[in-house]
Amino acid sequence: MTFNRLTHLEALESEAIHIMREVAAECRNPVLLFSGGKDSIVMLRLAEKAFLPGRIPFPLLHIDTEHNFPEVIKFRDKLANKLKVKLIVRSVQDSIDAGRIIEKPNQSRNTLQTTTLLDAIEEFGFDTCFGGARRDEEKARAKERIFSFRDEFGQWDPRNQRPELWDLYNTRVHPGEHMRVFPISNWTELDVWQYIHNEQLEVPALYYAHEREVIERNGSLLPVSHLVRPKPGELTQRITVRFRTVGDMSCTCPVISEAENANEIILETAMTRITERGATRMDDKTSDASMELRKKEGYF
Amino acid sequence: MTALNTPPLKTMELLRFSTAGSVDDGKSTLIGRLLYDAKSIFEDTLDAIARTTMKKGQEGLNLALLTDGLQAEREQGITIDVAYRYFATPRRKFIIADTPGHEQYTRNMVTGASTSDLAIILVDARKGPLIQSRRHAYLSSLLGIRHLVIAVNKMDTANYSDKRFKEIQHDFEPFLKRLGIPHLYFIPMSALHGDMVVERGENLDWYKGPTLLDLLETVPVSLSTAHLPARLPVQLVCRPQTPELPDFRGYMGRIESGTLKTGEAVTILPSGQRSRIRNLYLGEKELSEAIAPQSIQVTLEDEIDISRGDMIVSSQDSLPKTVRKFEAKVCWLSETPLDLRRKYLLKHANRTVKAIVESLDYLVDINSLEQKPALTVEVNDIAHIHLKVLQPVMAEPYHENRKLGAFILIDESSNMTVAGGMIEKA
Repeated sequence: MTFNRLTHLEALESEAIHIMREVAAECRNPVLLFSGGKDSIVMLRLAEKAFLPGRIPFPLLHIDTEHNFPEVIKFRDKLANKLKVKLIVRSVQDSIDAGRIIEKPNQSRNTLQTTTLLDAIEEFGFDTCFGGARRDEEKARAKERIFSFRDEFGQWDPRNQRPELWDLYNTRVHPGEHMRVFPISNWTELDVWQYIHNEQLEVPALYYAHEREVIERNGSLLPVSHLVRPKPGELTQRITVRFRTVGDMSCTCPVISEAENANEIILETAMTRITERGATRMDDKTSDASMELRKKEGYF
Repeated sequence: MTALNTPPLKTMELLRFSTAGSVDDGKSTLIGRLLYDAKSIFEDTLDAIARTTMKKGQEGLNLALLTDGLQAEREQGITIDVAYRYFATPRRKFIIADTPGHEQYTRNMVTGASTSDLAIILVDARKGPLIQSRRHAYLSSLLGIRHLVIAVNKMDTANYSDKRFKEIQHDFEPFLKRLGIPHLYFIPMSALHGDMVVERGENLDWYKGPTLLDLLETVPVSLSTAHLPARLPVQLVCRPQTPELPDFRGYMGRIESGTLKTGEAVTILPSGQRSRIRNLYLGEKELSEAIAPQSIQVTLEDEIDISRGDMIVSSQDSLPKTVRKFEAKVCWLSETPLDLRRKYLLKHANRTVKAIVESLDYLVDINSLEQKPALTVEVNDIAHIHLKVLQPVMAEPYHENRKLGAFILIDESSNMTVAGGMIEKA
């Protein structure tokens, strides 16, 4: 007798749905961190599938750097509206204006999100935050649990993580502490694109090949915008590019690509020789341990 | 462009495996080699490794650096925690749980092995199996791993000797057979030079078996539990109570073993009530059949009071036992020892119940496998205990059904996960 087997993507989907339902069953006040990027779009689709025909039983939270690509913000609002999920937005700019964060000149706002995020968690009393982080993105993430405990200061202690055996998740926290939960921990960039392809999910257009004005700085391409102006001696050029991640416009770099749809991206990703973060995030290049340090302080 | 790559990717299976070994066995080098030769390491990662290798005053490319994640680990040159790595070949996608080998990290090894189909244990060809190789093999068998690969590494330092390899096999096999692991494989290799990892190389012509990657691509995914009796622990009840769906009552959960079909006769545990499956859903899609480990939703023909932690099982198969007392092996994970006077929370198949350890029978010496009497259980100990739970659980022995045989114990006041357990007799 032979039995059907699940494909790797079906197995990953099943795992993610199981994790989301576990949070819905056991946690008091969860929220899904949503940026409008491809990973959070996949997360939202998984949440939809997990709870149909019911509604998604938690709101979305976006920590807005106000350095985002305008088309991503438009897309974010459209999707939240379509799925009838409440979207909470808290702004890094507000935290700066209130004196909660001191912004240094030329600093990426990706790191500044931590304070705004922790303030929002406290404001709404969230005990669980879903994140779309994947272990293949970065080596500190590779060691993080799926249910990742945060103390009352929002900090991650990599040396003292809760053991996580089988898929029996311990979701318990004391008041003031919270959990970060990563349902797509075991997905790779390729899996995400295959899922987008299979489920025919819409993503912001800047993920696909388009013409854009860019400059070359420190060996990377940077999109020209109101935040990035060519310095003396830097030449702007119009070329066909796409973004592999969408974050702070001032430090998110596109790659040269002709891929016009998910399928072409799958082919390109299957062949690419540069990791996602290395290619596209200038702030991850600064130190061998930069993500580990950021995570310890409470970053996503 | 369209048809080129998509079909093989779509039909790919997922294999999870763990690796165990000490720092000196070349485990990190082996994983680095596997990823490097399977072309799963990206250029910028290689650049970073080359920079770090140089900074440490070493030459070439230290592949071991690929797998050491945390700053503390890099400083001390050891692995503390489980790291997860991913790679894919056209045939399969792989998740590696890379676990530390040292005795003080037994709990991390157990964590990595708990979700694996296969385990690789590294043995240094010069030294042969060490006490800790036996420990890793025992823990793998305890966690129900059915495929065990003994990677006899560093064959280059033993002149690639056929005789040395056979000696090690002869030495280790009797012990492994005692553990009852169904499938054993011995592979000679040099991770440093790449022999028998992905490529066959030119130095081990006398070995006719598969390379490590050949094996990883072809062993059956044993975690697939589709052939076992059907079990669906209810995770969540869906009652939208909207104008369009006033009476909808769906039971959500993951099929932990077996297959469920529409129209099938089912029994609800622990109540013992019976019904039939009306619909099976995955998202908006209706299915006629669903298999483990799919996360699905079912509706039933009859209105029955069912809540989280109940279990829907096929009436045709043998039912799991509904028990209040059982025997189990536990791996103690907490720095705080077992307190026999305390109640713990036990989480098992979507049920969390209060539990008391009725008796501590013995500890297993994980080096000699001997039983030794004990008054308490400390971190990294493996103990045999009798447990009593305040509400019944639907249990099966771990060696028959990994999903219904596994549980964790939680300390109610600190919220820490203090033990992982495997039911032996229910």
